[in-house]
Amino acid sequence: MAERSIDVAQGKSLASKFLRWEWLLVLIFIAVNIVNTRLSPYYLSLDTFLGTPANFLDKAFLVLPMTFVIILGNIDISVASNVALSAVIMATTFNMGLPLPAAMALCLLVSTLAGWFNGFLLTRFKELSAVIVTLITMIIYRGIAYMILQDQAAGNFPDWFSFLGWGNIGPFPFILLVFILCAIAFGVLLHGTAFGRKIFAMGNNALTARYSGVRTDSVIQTVSALTGLMAGFTAIFLSSRMGSTRPNVAMGYELDVIAMVVLGGVSTSGGRGTIAGPLLAIFIIGFLNYGLGLVNVQAQVLLIIVGLLLILSVLVLNVRFSGRHRRPALGAGREK
Amino acid sequence: MSHPILELRDVTKTFPGVRALDGVRFELQKGEIHALMGENGAGKSTLIKVITGVHQPDSGEIMFDGKKVDFRSPLDSQRVGIAAIYQHVTCYPDLSVTENIFIGHENYDKLTRRIDWKSLHRRAGELLESLDADFDPHTPMGTLSVARQQIVEIAKALSANARVVIMDEPTAPLTDRESEDLYRITEGLRDMGVSVIFISHRLEDMYRLAKRVTVFRDARYVGTWNVDAISRDDLITAMVGRSITQLYPKKEVPIGEEILRVDGISRTGYFKDVSFSVRRGEILALTGLVGAGRTEVCEAIYGVTKADSGSVSLDGRPVSIHGPDEALAMGIGYLPEDRHRQGLILDWGLWMNVSLPTLSKFKKHLFLDQTDERKVAKDLLERVEVKAPSVYTKASALSGGNQQKVIVAKLLNSELKVIILDEPTKGVDVGAKTAIFDIMTHLAMQGYGIVMVSSEMPEVLGMSDRIVVMREGRVSATLKTRDATQEIILAAAMAEGSPA
Repeated sequence: MAERSIDVAQGKSLASKFLRWEWLLVLIFIAVNIVNTRLSPYYLSLDTFLGTPANFLDKAFLVLPMTFVIILGNIDISVASNVALSAVIMATTFNMGLPLPAAMALCLLVSTLAGWFNGFLLTRFKELSAVIVTLITMIIYRGIAYMILQDQAAGNFPDWFSFLGWGNIGPFPFILLVFILCAIAFGVLLHGTAFGRKIFAMGNNALTARYSGVRTDSVIQTVSALTGLMAGFTAIFLSSRMGSTRPNVAMGYELDVIAMVVLGGVSTSGGRGTIAGPLLAIFIIGFLNYGLGLVNVQAQVLLIIVGLLLILSVLVLNVRFSGRHRRPALGAGREK
Repeated sequence: MSHPILELRDVTKTFPGVRALDGVRFELQKGEIHALMGENGAGKSTLIKVITGVHQPDSGEIMFDGKKVDFRSPLDSQRVGIAAIYQHVTCYPDLSVTENIFIGHENYDKLTRRIDWKSLHRRAGELLESLDADFDPHTPMGTLSVARQQIVEIAKALSANARVVIMDEPTAPLTDRESEDLYRITEGLRDMGVSVIFISHRLEDMYRLAKRVTVFRDARYVGTWNVDAISRDDLITAMVGRSITQLYPKKEVPIGEEILRVDGISRTGYFKDVSFSVRRGEILALTGLVGAGRTEVCEAIYGVTKADSGSVSLDGRPVSIHGPDEALAMGIGYLPEDRHRQGLILDWGLWMNVSLPTLSKFKKHLFLDQTDERKVAKDLLERVEVKAPSVYTKASALSGGNQQKVIVAKLLNSELKVIILDEPTKGVDVGAKTAIFDIMTHLAMQGYGIVMVSSEMPEVLGMSDRIVVMREGRVSATLKTRDATQEIILAAAMAEGSPA
């Protein structure tokens, strides 16, 4: 009955498929590896590629839910404190006699609850911004961790526990396998399911999402709890790699993680991003770090390089999208 | 006759892919109120932006006061005395009226570099007085009504010695009485020798105010007439390019059993003891002045907010609705008042907008079946006759009327019984209005119960079966449309004691 039919085919050009930030990240990743290869003759080997990630994947678990959080238009700076809290509780209860598997389960439970509590505050006190809410819990969670352990360390984990962070299954590090599974799960959740679509909707326009019947509070709750769960994963793998835990572990992880998500091309104003971008960013920064370590470059240099990459990402993303996504000028957008 | 204060000759402006102005002309006399009309997308806004220097024309010339001018930026146009007042007032809500008026051209004491607030407040007071406005210039801007904020904007224009004032849809957010005040102020400006370009979709505005009217259509100049010399029908034909035989295509539909009943719902501070009912096939108009609590009642029914007391029944069964998701599941749909902020995700393609309320329908195992989403979206969009090239077209690329249709399409994928439309024709042009009314009529014929919130008397009278009038949060009258007149509705909508 319509005069004109509406096309269902996608009119995207080939160029626009390749003009994506993710492809630039792939190029940067390749460039990093070329540089690394020249720095050390021993670099280019399968062992490097499979083994190196085990060094930096502990915090990568946090990048996955943080991508969700930032696409939602929120931020969570309490993740590192949550890691410390749940790691300390795991180690302390284990040292007090709880079997380690039970202590690990408790760790995941505590971290998930701590994440859920963020979501509870966010949905209950809507007038507070996510930065403030998670700043508060960041202080509280770290504070509880210090209360439990003071400046002691806890640990003495059995050998099988260190396998989690150091062991291999065939040629693959165990942590890499677990991370790949998690990354696939988060990717599918974000890009394939109704839940992911709702996250994008809320990041674009939370009010429209709500009026369209999206249960916005429950989405925020779920994402917060998922963030907590992943903090628990980080806590377990970090403890495994370090062999013991202290209240000051994972200090500053929240900013590393947020930097990776931003470098991955996720819009800090919400609503746009992919899982692939932050994944690439994890590996770029991880391998960059490894390469610089090979030639004994100071860690601070890495910070500068990461900063420069962030500037590049912010510039490229905003220049490329400026024509279509810039906020309208005064009086613009009234008549289209 | 002396030379015009502002004249555009053969102005063309193209944007990538669009010719926004195609060899148009426009002429404004000194001390004249000149209406500029046309459908959305006709080029009115681009014309304004060319006049104010936001855009530079590709070709053609602009004459101001007899001299050729070349505005490189809005600052250039402000310097010669051109001021624009937009529909959505652009102000600093936390600053005072005085600060808003003089921002950018405050008087400094030359020696101490301090702003002389005393004299600025005094001058602000004088300006407001000259506009017959009696509020304190110390008031924070954000606490004023939209109507008063507009007066401040006009005062701001006067403070900069504006000789040409452009008003872009100023009456859209105003009540009838506030509009009348604005008319008076605009006439005051004219009497001071200021020339006014008045853009509006409301024909009443034009007949009431303007001496001449210029019509644009599809980026082209159609013509300029003396307002007395052109009939309403001819004007609409000029704007739309075809004659609209019937502005209100209301059809008699057999009215069925009662479907929605609202019984004495109250929410402290917003509305009190509101009751009404809708039947299948019936269009119920909910009207009253802006701020009477109509939207708040609808939002409570839809579950966006919660009523403190009272009950809502669907099909005779009382229901308790805690959120829009439950309302949709039970069969109540709501088209919100602010389509950009509440109705659409502008950056998304149409198909994703359409499927958003009913994502669970597209689940195949764990995943969303996107092919199915696009197919269903295409069907729904075609059903409401959205004009768009593809389901991938971004919602922001459509005109207001088409955007409104997309939101209706969003609703139609749920099994609804009642559809609440909150100001469905706000800010849409004549052609699109009729299309929206057509859709409403079709929906009523299909047996939906329709609640239409509207402030526009002609459409309330033209489209509804029954009318509920609200005043200050209460229902002040419920009448059959065939017994109603504009006077009766207005009397019920106005506060007691006010002339009606």
